[in-house]
Amino acid sequence: MPQLTPSQTIGPFYWGTVVKAYRADLAPPGVSGERIEVALVLHDAQGAIVPDGLFEIWQANSHGRYNHPDDRRNLPLDAGFEGYGRASTDTDGCSRFATVKPGRVPWPQGGMQAPHINISIFARGLLNRVATRLYFDGDPANAEDPVLKMVDPARRPTLLARKDGKGAWRLPIHLGGANETVFFDI
Amino acid sequence: MDKDLYRRPDGATHPANLSPEYKSTPGRAPRQPAIVLPHTLSEITGPLLETERLDALENDLTRQRSGEPLGERIVVHGRVLDENGKAIPRAIVEIWQCNAAGRYHHPGDQHDAPLDPNFYGGGRVRADGDGRYQFITIKPGAYPWKNHHNAWRPAHIHFSLFGPAFATRLITQMYFPQDPLLAFDPIYNSVPAGARERLQAAFDMESTRPEWALAYRFDIVLRGRNATPMEN
Ligand SMILES: [Fe+2]
Repeated sequence: MPQLTPSQTIGPFYWGTVVKAYRADLAPPGVSGERIEVALVLHDAQGAIVPDGLFEIWQANSHGRYNHPDDRRNLPLDAGFEGYGRASTDTDGCSRFATVKPGRVPWPQGGMQAPHINISIFARGLLNRVATRLYFDGDPANAEDPVLKMVDPARRPTLLARKDGKGAWRLPIHLGGANETVFFDI
Repeated sequence: MDKDLYRRPDGATHPANLSPEYKSTPGRAPRQPAIVLPHTLSEITGPLLETERLDALENDLTRQRSGEPLGERIVVHGRVLDENGKAIPRAIVEIWQCNAAGRYHHPGDQHDAPLDPNFYGGGRVRADGDGRYQFITIKPGAYPWKNHHNAWRPAHIHFSLFGPAFATRLITQMYFPQDPLLAFDPIYNSVPAGARERLQAAFDMESTRPEWALAYRFDIVLRGRNATPMEN
């Protein structure tokens, strides 16, 4: 059987070449759900911002349905909403996405997960993609989310985006240091 | 974790995030162990980019500008497979690379080597139903990168693939066989011995185009599904 291809860093020079595939606006007019803007800010272990990183996001639509054949549930799909976003960090270490708040998706052993956005992070100095999740601070479903329950309560706030104005959410992501974000091995 | 839909990589495939010989890793590599997440719909789905429109010329990096780039013209081709040997049909493959002189068309690249106005260095293609893809490009040069005294990156092409799920996302680099710089490169050598060799393309005499281009073959293998997939 063929063997898995190892990962390597994205390096600093991807911009300008993969840039044409950037998608920062996930939800064209007509897509249902609560419109939100998500700002992700990338920091290194010393707390300095990372201006040469790349964020990708993947999420369900407002009905909690993923636009993918392995999500076989009978829930509506929104035309024009794939649920995928990609944007490089700017000089403030920030990537912004305009989207809709995702609905809840099930947990394999029963129950539902709280609304969340799946995040991939790439950067020079990262030899592997690192993955985390964004949850919405104050969402009552967070209390019963099986993934948040797996996380040390002291570190849970690293996954919670804070409200930053009407419909705007902000999540700082720390690759290391005292506030290191919780990352997931998926 | 054998109920997970996608097989987990063994410990001898991917580099450690903290690979201190590569000097950018200590400031950026997470130190806390990542929490192992059971595979839910969030991990087993992912962008398939089926509606993404690709231009016919995006896989020919020698024909994206008004003239022909300088350098050694090459064909880079292969298959996108999973660990079970199954083709990943219609996968989008993205690449980027420096020019023949070792310079990226990127404002951050200050290497004292000439830019080639006829070489942009980015390409995309959608694999066919058997996972086959092909690019026409020029052989990238080696370039210095200040990681340590007299540090040179071996010639390489960056590759980006999505595969069928969020869990299968992969960004990697393809190298050229028998490159003497491989032995000195902390990024290539961050991959465990026994796995790093998979990042070397094979010289492919059969696919060379007489009087026109040499050829290299690079198959990319993404995570495969476990034999007994989880229910629902
Ligand atoms: Fe490079």
